[in-house]
Parts: sequence; C-alpha cells; structure tokens
Amino acid sequence: MISILVNHWPEFWSGFLFTLGSSILALIGSLIVGTIFALLEISEHKWERIVGRVYVEIFRNIPLLVITMFFYVVIPMFITNVNGFTAGTIGLTIYTSAFIAETVRAGIEAVDPGQMEAARSNGLTYLQAMTHIVFPQAIKITIPPLGNQFINLVKNSSVLAFVAGFDLMYQGNLIASTTFDTSNTYLAVGLLYLILTLPLSYFMRYLEKKWA
Amino acid sequence: MANFIQAYSWLNIRYLLEGLWITVEISAVSIVFSFIIGGLLGLLRYVKIKYLSALVGFVIDIIRNLPLLLILFFTFFGLPNIGIKPDAIMAAILAMTVFESAMVAEIIRSGIQAVDPGQMEAARSNGMTYRQAMQHIILPQAIKKMIPPLVSQFVSLIKDTSLATIIMLPELMYHAQIIYGQNTNFVLPMFLALAVLYFIVCYALSWLSRILDRRMGA
Repeated sequence: MISILVNHWPEFWSGFLFTLGSSILALIGSLIVGTIFALLEISEHKWERIVGRVYVEIFRNIPLLVITMFFYVVIPMFITNVNGFTAGTIGLTIYTSAFIAETVRAGIEAVDPGQMEAARSNGLTYLQAMTHIVFPQAIKITIPPLGNQFINLVKNSSVLAFVAGFDLMYQGNLIASTTFDTSNTYLAVGLLYLILTLPLSYFMRYLEKKWA
Repeated sequence: MANFIQAYSWLNIRYLLEGLWITVEISAVSIVFSFIIGGLLGLLRYVKIKYLSALVGFVIDIIRNLPLLLILFFTFFGLPNIGIKPDAIMAAILAMTVFESAMVAEIIRSGIQAVDPGQMEAARSNGMTYRQAMQHIILPQAIKKMIPPLVSQFVSLIKDTSLATIIMLPELMYHAQIIYGQNTNFVLPMFLALAVLYFIVCYALSWLSRILDRRMGA
C-alpha cells in the first residue's frame, strides 16, 4: 500500500485536492441554498412553506447519482456543455442543500418562539429579528449536524468518479486499472479519505459533548 | 411528447420495474443484515467490555468515515486481488452491509446513550439486574429515539444502491442507463422515471415510519 502511495503520489494528491475543492464549493453552495429553503419552510406565507417543503422532500428522496448524472447527461443535451467536475459539484450542492435546509430549520425551530415575538414587539422587522436574534442562537445548535453534513459531502463527492470529475476516487480507479493492484490502491484511497473525514468526525463528537 | 410515449412503452416500463425489484431486494437484504449486525455492534460498543468495545468502536468509526462507493469498489475489484471473487450481487450486499452496519451501530449506541442515566439508576436501585433494567426500562425508551434516524439511514441505503450500477448490478439505475443508451430521445423520460420511482420507494418508507412513530406515541 505504501509503495503505491509513493509511486503514484502526484495522481493521489491531485485527486485529493479535487475532492477537497468540490466538497468545499458544494458546502458553500448548499449552505446558501439550504438556508434559503429553510427560511421558506418556516415562512409565514403558506405558498413559501409549500415550495420549501416540496424542494426538500424531492431532493432528499432521490439518489445523488441520479441528480449528478442528470447534470452530466441531460443538461448538455438541451442547454450547455458541463464538465464532470462542475456537474458533480452542482449535483452535490443540490442534494446536500436539502439536508442542510432540514438541519437549519430544526436549529431555528429549536430557538424559543418567544425570542422572535419579543424582537418583533420591540419593533424589529421579521428579517432583522431573524438575522440579529434568532440566527445567532440557532447557529450553536446547527454546527455539529452541519459538520456531519460536511463529512457526508466529502464521502459523497466520490460520486464524481462516475462523471470523470478527477477526484480521489476517480484517480484511484485509474491507478487500480494500470497497476492491477486493486486491493492496495483502494486501501490507499481509503487512507486519504480518512485523513479528511476522521479528524472532523471526532471534532464534531467533541463539540456535541461540550455543547450538550 | 412523442418521445415520452415511445420511451414509456410497456417493454421499457417492465424493464425498469425489473430493475426496481432488484433495487428493493438488495436493499431489503442489506437492511436486515445491517440491522442485526449493526445492533449487535452498537450494543457491544455501549456495554464497554475492556479493549473489545474500544476496538469495535474504532473499526466502526473508520468504516463510517469512508465513502460507500470506495467500499463497493473494494468488495468487487479489490477482493479478487486477494483471492475472493464475489459476483456483483454478493459484492453489493457485502459492501452495503459492512457500511450500513457501522452506521446502524452508531445510531443504536447514541440512542441508548440518549436515555437519561437516572432511568438506569432508578431501575437498579429498585432491585432490577443490569439485564432486566436494560431490557424493560432502557431499550424500550431508546428504540423510540432510534426509529427516525434508522429510517433515514435506510432511505439512504435505498438511494445508495444506485451506486452499484458501476459494478453492473442490474438494478434500477443500470436498467435506465441501458434504455437511454439505445436512444438519446429516451434520456429525459428515463431520468424523470428514475426520479419518480426512487422518490416513491423512499418516500413510502419515511411515511411508514411516521405512522409507526405516531402509533408508538413518541
């Protein structure tokens, strides 16, 4: 395993960076999209709630692979060419945003509704009350589950291997097919994934315990 | 529109449904296996047997933090390298079971841990043995807490079976790819069908769990 890792280090390293890059881009994207749909879900207007709910339910119940392949296969046919990395990252963003919307919604709902009422009766607008009063309190509740979503993102980014996204899994497959030493190559790939996910996972468990 | 009518011919629909059936079968087998193995591992990690529980915990953490796709590649392409040659169905079930058992074990452990420790103390001081307290007091409360995360884990499992298309397991995603591979006009209808079919199966499972949840009065 070590010799494969050393001999093919440039490929592994570039795959590692693509995996990390895709995960970070998708995290930023899905935080934005997820928060928007979380706000829609708890909106005061019925139609906004329905839109939020439908988005979340649809994308939570469809495989990430189907969403990713949709952007890789269908979008180029009708709209514009998309490379594998972009298709994969967009797929990851949409899929993860549904889960993040649920996490953020749960965080906001965990804040005592009296906080919102008090803020509103003190003359703050809905948006002001949300950004200055409710959000800062909700963040503490949402951080550990958001961290777990990021771990899932890193793991799920392996779906880029399906669409030639040059990520760690894709490079691993290339190396496995040239060296024929499949078992050791996949062990090396696993080691590199663990470097990303394991420390984060222990840190989130520590935070959960500390803030509980 | 003509594309859709043509794409949803009885032959294609039947082919998709055959794929769906494989998806459901593989999922069901993996759910049963991972529930049993994961449950045992979770208990083992919770009861704290010296060294053994720590070791089990470490292995669970490693597996949980790897991509399922990697485990699938390992079981299908990696194992033959060390002399074990599973076919696609065996490799898929093996990979799903290994991965999901680790996930289930973690859910079981945190479910038991979420029960107020005062419950155990109260049961013990009322004269129950550890086993009695576990069986009659702790587990019934813990199970209520475990059901929602377990169900969403199993929904994930159903969605993740689509990954096995890469080892040519003839499940739903694979069959859809074969159909749209023959005719590019079928691409859009097939993706729509995939979305609808996966959604129905996954949503039905979460719906069932909500009913179960209400019945148990959680």
